Amino acid sequence: MSAPLIEMRGITKSFGAVKANEAVDLSVAPGEILGLLGENGAGKTTLMNVLFGAYAPDAGEILIHGKPVRITSSADALAAGIGMVHQHFHLAPRLTVLENLLIGIPGKSGRIDRAGGLQRLAEIGRQHGLMLEPDLPVSSLSVGEQQRLEIVKALFRGARLLILDEPTAVLAPSEVDGLFSALRSMAAQGLGIIFISHKLNEVRALTHRCTVLRLGRVAGRVDDPANTTSSAMAQLMCGHEIVPPARGPSTPGEAVLTLDGISTSKHSGTALRGVSLAVRSGEILGIAGVSGNGQRALAEVISGVRAPDTGRMTISGQTVTRFSPREVQALGLGRIPEDRMTTGLVTNLPLADSMVLPRIGTAAFSSRGLLKPDAIRAFAEAQIKAYDIRCPGPMTRAGALSGGNLQKALLARELAFDPKVLIVSQPTRGLDIGAARFIHEKFLDMRAKGRGIIVIGEDLEELLVLCDRIAVMYEGRIVGTLNSADATIARLGLMMTGAEGHS
Amino acid sequence: MNVVLEQIFQVGFLAAIIRIATPLAFATLGEMFCERAGVLNLGIEGIMLLSAMTGFTATSLSGSLWLGVLAALLTGVLMGALHAVFTVALGLSQHVCGIGVTLFSSGLAYFLYRLIFGQQSVPPSIKGFQTVPIPVLSDIPVLGPAVFNQFALVYMAILAIPLAAFVLYRTPWGLSVRMVGENPRAADSAGVSVIATRFQAVILGGALMGLAGAFLSMAQFNAFTFGVVSGRGWVAIALVVFGRWDPWRSAGAALLFAFVDALQLRMQASGLGHIPYEAFLMLPFIFTIVAMAVMSRNAVAPSALLKPFRREER
Repeated sequence: MSAPLIEMRGITKSFGAVKANEAVDLSVAPGEILGLLGENGAGKTTLMNVLFGAYAPDAGEILIHGKPVRITSSADALAAGIGMVHQHFHLAPRLTVLENLLIGIPGKSGRIDRAGGLQRLAEIGRQHGLMLEPDLPVSSLSVGEQQRLEIVKALFRGARLLILDEPTAVLAPSEVDGLFSALRSMAAQGLGIIFISHKLNEVRALTHRCTVLRLGRVAGRVDDPANTTSSAMAQLMCGHEIVPPARGPSTPGEAVLTLDGISTSKHSGTALRGVSLAVRSGEILGIAGVSGNGQRALAEVISGVRAPDTGRMTISGQTVTRFSPREVQALGLGRIPEDRMTTGLVTNLPLADSMVLPRIGTAAFSSRGLLKPDAIRAFAEAQIKAYDIRCPGPMTRAGALSGGNLQKALLARELAFDPKVLIVSQPTRGLDIGAARFIHEKFLDMRAKGRGIIVIGEDLEELLVLCDRIAVMYEGRIVGTLNSADATIARLGLMMTGAEGHS
Repeated sequence: MNVVLEQIFQVGFLAAIIRIATPLAFATLGEMFCERAGVLNLGIEGIMLLSAMTGFTATSLSGSLWLGVLAALLTGVLMGALHAVFTVALGLSQHVCGIGVTLFSSGLAYFLYRLIFGQQSVPPSIKGFQTVPIPVLSDIPVLGPAVFNQFALVYMAILAIPLAAFVLYRTPWGLSVRMVGENPRAADSAGVSVIATRFQAVILGGALMGLAGAFLSMAQFNAFTFGVVSGRGWVAIALVVFGRWDPWRSAGAALLFAFVDALQLRMQASGLGHIPYEAFLMLPFIFTIVAMAVMSRNAVAPSALLKPFRREER
């Protein structure tokens, strides 16, 4: 292997008492795709932010082509040939593709160099199959195209090393293939690539070598990811063996929640068109589908946020069609919304407040119009302990928690009141294996206790492991429901494009 | 109503529109630059007042009009920098700081004026800017005498509009301004200094507000009074929204407001005397409110407006 393009030696970075990185070594050779693996909070993003100049390391050095460099700002990183595609894109949606590319690039005789920009854009597009329309506003691009723009932006600035932070989390399966072929093409031309992910199958398919972080330290390296098993890598990441949850047999009982011919008007997003479904006690029902096919409307109708135009909904046999969120909740419905940060909890309030928010008016947390702060605090403390939510305490600002801990907090909030039926959207999106495993176990516990659960998800593998039955949504309708024993990814995938399924 | 219609197409009326629009155009362009970079500048009213005072004073003491314009411009630059220190460097609330800047500048203007000129029964005045006809162009019928027989500052305002559009849309700096107003993080990761760009835009905006103040006390009224600005700064803030943060549209909005204002002045002067004049005074403001309500429903402000930028935020 040739001399490393970039080398990080003994990088240490602390935030207060927390050591986010400790003596981390990492190197990438030209033409190499390095996988950077680790659970959430293992220090991957911190390490990359050190490399990209966003954080100054407390100790350690960075070498480019064997020469030590100081990177103290993103401008330095760009000048050193390091480009980064962040998880949350750094684009201005109302500016055009070309304007987003040309930002920070000196013009020609005082003006923006449009002709030069167009030419470079076309060149990069041809070279790696990354075509983009220069004059479209970024807001009109799909998520996949916006990511492409971020990659082109890095190449545009002459990046020799490209860092991608969980690039596939936002992509549809077909888009992932396009991304991988572009990355392979770049590597073939001598670029170095750091690919951050915790999807092990992708890491095995794409990368040449892996560095695994755990608790801020290098937990191990994998020299031949293609021939290393996922479970061996998972063990490096977590420090212990990960056993997939076993879904034992269960005998579903009465229907706890039914929808009959529910339709909504097209208010925002896809409307529902005559949706009928039922979840029984002791059963996990999956709702599969490409996002934007009415899943949000379904979750909103069930949780009482949106009133349907026609149709009937029942909880334990009682008609609850136009009940408010508080009323359905009082009848035993628990809800974990899709977007933890915006609809899940109030990020600027203490965690304890967010955890009691749906039940703030109940006798447990208030009396005669006044809050009971001690009860609220005690409740939050008990849940933090029971669910191992990692945070300094119940008065921590909710927004400061990591995704996995937020999800645990939301789960704790609902499960503390033992709902008869729980509806949850994207339960493990963005969570690492350990946290996802924990959430899955809780669902299976509920199922064993005879509760009904509806899981809306896009990750088919997850649904197949977890659910007893899987219904597929397409354009606001349920196109079919399969027993998961009969379901395969291929069959579900076909139904997700609108093909009728028969069980 | 006929009386009114006849008035509209007179040269004098058109010239009045242009004169009324000039300070609004400077102020609106100034506010637009601030807001495009993500900084609301509610200091505009006070900055205009203080600049009107310093410009008037400098001219009154030195006898040079252009020295006065320079003084007003520098006043705008300084107050813009002050607002930027609070809102950009320290990341404080833009609303609170802007109102603070307006209160401070207004108070300072009154204080300094009294200190320098004392209390006089007849307010001092200067010989302000005189109209300068532009050869050839001023011979065009109607339009010529209305537009091309004006004060030098009017010509500057007319030139400032295409210049502002060019800077904003065609230069790398203008792109940086738009980017830091939309997504500062994106600009930062592209190696553009968000802090510096915002500082520059707010200072440029302040300079333009200073010119607006200079026009009021040195061309329009040739004196400084405490009511010399009388809400024109607040109007400019509305006109920026009405103009959808675009130089051409913002200037057009200023022109439209000036038209209504000129109209109400004529109506006051014409035979509609049985209506109290205060009713006419309200017209431009009612127009602004209605126009805002109708036209601005789809207007989208720069995404990062009002949002301070901090680097190591987790």
